[in-house]
Amino acid sequence: MANKEIMTVNMGPQHPSTHGVLRLVIELDGEVIEKITPHIGYLHRGVEKLSEHRTYHQAMTLTDRLDYLAPMSNNLGYVLAVEKLLGLEVPERAQTIRVIMAELTRLKSHLVWLACHALDIGAMTVFLYCFREREQIMSMYEKLSGARMTSSYFRVGGLSQDVYDGFEADVRRVIDEFPGYFDVYEGLLTKNTIWLQRTIGNGVISAEDAIDYGITGPALRGSGVDWDLRRDNPYSGYDKYSFKVPVGEKCDTFDRYKVRLVEMREAINILRQALDSLKPGPILADSPKVCYPPKERVYNSIEGLIHHFKIASEGFPAPEGEVYQSVEAPKGELGYYLVSDGGTKPYRMRIRPPSFVNLGAIEKMGKGTMIADLVAIIGTLDIVLGEIDR
Amino acid sequence: MSAIAENNRAVIRLKEKFPSAVQDVKEFRDEVTVTVSKENVVEICRFLKTELRYNLLTDVTAVDYLGKDPRFMVVYNLYSIPNKDRLRVKAAVGEDNTRIDSVVGVWNSANWLERETFDLFGITFVGHPDLRRILMTDDWEGHPLRKDYPLQGPGREPYKGRLS
Repeated sequence: MANKEIMTVNMGPQHPSTHGVLRLVIELDGEVIEKITPHIGYLHRGVEKLSEHRTYHQAMTLTDRLDYLAPMSNNLGYVLAVEKLLGLEVPERAQTIRVIMAELTRLKSHLVWLACHALDIGAMTVFLYCFREREQIMSMYEKLSGARMTSSYFRVGGLSQDVYDGFEADVRRVIDEFPGYFDVYEGLLTKNTIWLQRTIGNGVISAEDAIDYGITGPALRGSGVDWDLRRDNPYSGYDKYSFKVPVGEKCDTFDRYKVRLVEMREAINILRQALDSLKPGPILADSPKVCYPPKERVYNSIEGLIHHFKIASEGFPAPEGEVYQSVEAPKGELGYYLVSDGGTKPYRMRIRPPSFVNLGAIEKMGKGTMIADLVAIIGTLDIVLGEIDR
Repeated sequence: MSAIAENNRAVIRLKEKFPSAVQDVKEFRDEVTVTVSKENVVEICRFLKTELRYNLLTDVTAVDYLGKDPRFMVVYNLYSIPNKDRLRVKAAVGEDNTRIDSVVGVWNSANWLERETFDLFGITFVGHPDLRRILMTDDWEGHPLRKDYPLQGPGREPYKGRLS
């Protein structure tokens, strides 16, 4: 054999298959990858630093911009962490609406994952269908919070406002229509020869390695680890709903694909149960020093006005201490580690982004594979650079 | 120290095994935080992983307590997938010697997380295989998440508007 020649190829940061601004420096022996060196940070905005200079209510808006494909999951993790710090109970209606929105967000995020993952491997049709369905959820976002992406709909202690008229009907429509759409995607992909050849045996990572590299979420379950925070460390009343946690066997891209598709069907299942249990009631905790009072009280009572003024001008103090709260975000375990010194701003807010840690395994998963398969591996890890770089 | 922390299996085992290294045990909102000496952090982590099944290192980060001595706390958030419970391990790192042993040998996930902590706090992880900046550019000066690092960045007029 002739002497081995290593070629170095740069991929990204402006590359459609890197899902944002990920840059990979790849050392190639022919078409086989010898080494991958990821470069990240192109989208670093210093969210953790900025949050130290904002009150707890204000820091919420920064969390929308982490995983911009799943804003409400980020909001949920954040408000839960602050509520844990304060020891605040959230009314049941608010919790149920949070679960509904978190599951719709999971659908929305998984739809983008499926769309882009399939597009990367060459299935254009799936991309168009997924984005069409995603639009339904986006318009619900808009009706609910006024924004399609930067929602900031949740509040510490509950929700910013109650749902709009016709919300239940919109959720019902998702529940009724989406399983049919999933059948269409599966019809296009699950037995598609090209899809199978590109995904079976691609990006294999064993359960031990996946845990060792800190992979969480559907990517970990695809490797056969039966662990879901919604079931095992429930929050927001997830313990009231019954749902299956799918796991894979072969630890490859195809199994991760199947896991996510079952997860989408289970999200519909949770949505149905949550919608059936949705009852009228308050949407904000009864904690006037933390939650903004309703406008009626601000205009008509002196206490309401004072509370509003205090919360808006200096925020609310949180007791000294530290908490870690995580949620099962669409991409994995999204954790917030908050340190409070007793002031009205977080002394330190650490965001544990699932995509960042999952991407750390790409060096391991990509080594020894063909360069074309790397695109499938990036797709199956389901990364979002807004969350990786923060 | 409250009852939950006292009866925590990991805390009991750690105190048995490393009586001099466990400096403090705290419990807040049902979460247990163990502060250990930085010299023993790798041993303790390996013990927690192999004996007490904290197999997932969720997070490594640091907190800058500017003005206190020691200045930094390196924080490890651990999770046990078999037992479904969490444990937080902290180790103090002084300003004059910002070095601590790397736990990459115990969990591979520490690789990028320690790089980030190095990048943003300037804490050196001894024994890390590839300790480079990760979010900031290679030629960046300073460590942005330190409390004495200006919010608006170096060499710029301080921001005079309202922050909150």
